[in-house]
Amino acid sequence: MELTVSPAPHIHGRLSASQCMYSVIIALLPAFAVSLYFFGVGALIVTLTSILSCIVAEYLIQKYLLKVKPTVGDGSAILTGLLLGFNLPSNLPIWIVIIGSVVAIGIAKMAFGGLGNNLFNPALVGRVFLLISFPTYMTQWPLPAVSRWSYTDAETGATLLSKLKEEGSQWVSQVNISDLWIGNQGGSLGEVGAIALLIGFAFLLYRRIISWHIPVSILATVFVFSFALGLGEELSASQTTGAWQHAFDFALIQLLSGGLLLGAIYMATDYVTSPMTSKGMIVYGIGIGILTVVIRQWGGYPEGVSFAILIMNAFTPLINNYIKPKRFGRA
Amino acid sequence: MLKTFRIGGIHPNEHKLTAHCPVTPVAIPKQVSIMLNQHIGAPANCIVKKGDTVKVGTLIAEASGFVSANIHSPVSGTVSKVDKTANAFGLYATTIVIDTEGDEWEETIDRSPELKEEITLSPQEIIQKIAQAGIVGLGGATFPTHVKLTPPKEFKPTVLIVNATECEPYLTDDHALMLESPDQILVGCRILMKAIGVEQTYIGIENNKPDAIALLEQHAARYLGITIVPLRTRYPQGGEKQLIDAILHKQVANGALPVSTGAIVQNVGTAFAVYEAIQKNKPLVDRVVTVTGDHIAKPGNYRVRLGMSMRELIDIAGGLPQDCAKVILGGPMMGKAVSNLDSPIGKGCSGILILDEEHAHRGAINPCIRCGKCVEACPMGLEPFLLAKLSENHLYDRAEKELITSCLECGCCAYSCPSNRPILDFIRIGKNAVNRIIRSRKQS
Amino acid sequence: MVTSIIILSIIGLVSATLLYVISRKFHVEEDSRIDEIESILPGANCGGCGFAGCRNFAEQCVKATSLDNLLCPVGGNAVMQKIAPILGMQAVEQAPRIAVVRCNGSCENRPQTSHYEGAHSCAVVAALYSGESNCNYGCLGEGDCAAACDFGGITMDPITRLPYVDPNICIACGSCVKACPRNIIELRKRQEPRVFVACNNRDKGIIARKVCSIACIGCGKCAKSCPNGAITITDNLAYIDDSLCLSCQACVAGCPTHAIHVVNESAKENISINEKESAIC
Repeated sequence: MELTVSPAPHIHGRLSASQCMYSVIIALLPAFAVSLYFFGVGALIVTLTSILSCIVAEYLIQKYLLKVKPTVGDGSAILTGLLLGFNLPSNLPIWIVIIGSVVAIGIAKMAFGGLGNNLFNPALVGRVFLLISFPTYMTQWPLPAVSRWSYTDAETGATLLSKLKEEGSQWVSQVNISDLWIGNQGGSLGEVGAIALLIGFAFLLYRRIISWHIPVSILATVFVFSFALGLGEELSASQTTGAWQHAFDFALIQLLSGGLLLGAIYMATDYVTSPMTSKGMIVYGIGIGILTVVIRQWGGYPEGVSFAILIMNAFTPLINNYIKPKRFGRA
Repeated sequence: MLKTFRIGGIHPNEHKLTAHCPVTPVAIPKQVSIMLNQHIGAPANCIVKKGDTVKVGTLIAEASGFVSANIHSPVSGTVSKVDKTANAFGLYATTIVIDTEGDEWEETIDRSPELKEEITLSPQEIIQKIAQAGIVGLGGATFPTHVKLTPPKEFKPTVLIVNATECEPYLTDDHALMLESPDQILVGCRILMKAIGVEQTYIGIENNKPDAIALLEQHAARYLGITIVPLRTRYPQGGEKQLIDAILHKQVANGALPVSTGAIVQNVGTAFAVYEAIQKNKPLVDRVVTVTGDHIAKPGNYRVRLGMSMRELIDIAGGLPQDCAKVILGGPMMGKAVSNLDSPIGKGCSGILILDEEHAHRGAINPCIRCGKCVEACPMGLEPFLLAKLSENHLYDRAEKELITSCLECGCCAYSCPSNRPILDFIRIGKNAVNRIIRSRKQS
Repeated sequence: MVTSIIILSIIGLVSATLLYVISRKFHVEEDSRIDEIESILPGANCGGCGFAGCRNFAEQCVKATSLDNLLCPVGGNAVMQKIAPILGMQAVEQAPRIAVVRCNGSCENRPQTSHYEGAHSCAVVAALYSGESNCNYGCLGEGDCAAACDFGGITMDPITRLPYVDPNICIACGSCVKACPRNIIELRKRQEPRVFVACNNRDKGIIARKVCSIACIGCGKCAKSCPNGAITITDNLAYIDDSLCLSCQACVAGCPTHAIHVVNESAKENISINEKESAIC
């Protein structure tokens, strides 16, 4: 009898790369349910188109361009498609969604060498490409729970962040924060339901798919930074009464609106494009947090999470190079 | 909160199938083969020739240097040949083959079961006698024990740590030994304490063995300076550096000897062998071996004469199952897969693990997705993915800077890799290459 | 608009001046012959000469007092003859060499006794155990030599699972020799025909024969039959010294295990590897 011989270890922890991918997909399902409730059929069309076109793009590129065995079954293309869809308004025409998917898979992923070699988060590259190329389509946000059965003809309105940018922080007092928790706000279709996104986060932590470092450091940075800004504004306007409450509301709105939760929990934690050590993850998270607030506050766009993550993606190799794990026996 | 080490680690499924099997002696084999290189260091020099008659405990091979170990005959009979035979890994090495006749022991060996507590020898005499008895680290490392008990002069040991963690899945030989002979182990600890001149011993046991913890705690009350430390079950707690960190909360500095923390670590099986050597004059001629596997008929903890062939022991445990695909010497994390079952059980064989077709094979290798799970799991705080890549591309200078030489080869990285990458395979090669480079640099 | 043009022009001008000054100030005077030699060299940067790349080799040539110990294996004698006049030295004609695999342990000669599963690297296997056969010295078949060859001169034969050296490509750079953990590959003179012992097993004949039917058993018959004393037996293994071998093939017929191979490139009548079609292991 021929015995099998291989080097130790002889057992494996059973967690596979595709399991990781599918777990993230499962974690995103509650948020998908929320978006279906608020944006109706448009959310369904955009998300499915995005997923399907990502799968097809990956399959065609691998089979006919690279001439390798297609690996669409590993779940990474599905995840990219799902995340790209979540980052788009639910009234976006199908052809734009397809362009975004092709850019995400073809340029951001395959051109860099496929799974594991891409420098930037593919879904975000797709989204930012569309945002820059089709700014009108990409900044018309359907109103939540208004026109569930209409797609590209849905009634649109501004997002909270753009209102905040236009009308200043005084507008804070008019925001109903409980709407933000459940997702009753305009925005990209997957980013609205804070509670749903947090449920997914808890699931991922429980399954040990991701660690807390990146999301928590991003959220904490944004909160602290926004709180300080809100407080500074009130105090400079010499409104001492209720300044703390106002700053707190302002920071909480920053946390719950726009793509921050979706970005911090599901996009910034993408394995391939984020640092490998926990210390590095915290540095990366703080960087994303600061950039997000800076772009939101002083930049040309009302929302800056995608740009912040992409910029920090570029720093990931540098962080990996200089921030080493805590070595055993080195105080 | 139970103690454990502070960096990395994993908790694989324990699979302690034989945890409640008492130590069972097996019949004396008809023939034994004794390899001269069954310990770390220089192979022993054979001092018998074909036709010599030997008794149990007769010295048959002599240590050939300080880092080497004596070997004694585990059976009585006649030397039938001294020749090269293949070991478990198919590598040819000099072997003494003895045909068994009866079971006659050297007269000096005390075979009575009575516990002998009084320690009469001086520290030097103890260490000398341990060297004579051919005792090596029985956890699997097989480093000669007398060498470990004589640390360089600049270090003064302050504490003895006994490794009874048995952190490898499946293995239970230490567990069974502790349940069988708690007093012998504790006297063995007292002897080791006297040999190195320390007043305190910690016996680290993982809390998946509550019966052993309770039993040893109950018996330890009678012995001065021995404390049982229950530890949170976590692999690789039995690593020397990890165990010192878990118990003393001190980390051995990179490149330093473990004794620089004041601790000397010995395996619990070694403590038992020391008891037998010092109090009963019995050299190392047998040991407890766990034979286990999901489909083996009679898994158990067997007391085996060294030199018995693996196949014979597996037959006693019910024979190789039909679907056997891999046989491992030691545990599944650090044990070595064997290619030749007709090879003898050596001093370092703590277990024989038989894996079936379903569990014997590795998964398909996928690209690294840089998830960082290996970094999280590494108990030495290294970056396994990087070290593997550097080794694969022969970038040894960089690998040395990234501390490849401090790798324990525990396998946590490969275990936790979701892409099934052979991380450790390459790190081992790189580590060997870097060690060679360092040695040649020192020489020139 | 105008201001931006002016500012950009000024920035460009300042940078250009700065770069020019720096390149002048830190200019390193180099022997022009180094560049000249480097341009002649093939530029493969294979390291076969023993130096770190072609530039380093060119520097060593300029420094050296004689070219006797310097040879670019890729360019061979032709390149050395071109380098010599630049330096005003003579290049000694050196016999061309080729990598030779001293193992013929195909599946039928050397039965497979285990199945290896792990990283595809001979170094990994060698550190682990004897390999898929019981031979402690033979080829492990994972192709470290093929991976080390910068020129694609070695391929792993899918049937015998032994490396095949393409004589038209091999330039004897020696990368494969270094890569083989078992020292099976050797650089030998390109003789016609080339006679060598295709075995590396240093165990006693009885063991060697047990693990492989065509192993050298160190019987010494070949050494006795050699008219020029080119064959020596050390550690139960015959070795043919290529500087003494006359290619007379007197040793070949007498070898009881057919361990001695004759390769005749020009006549294409190789009594050796792939003599018979063997089954895939």
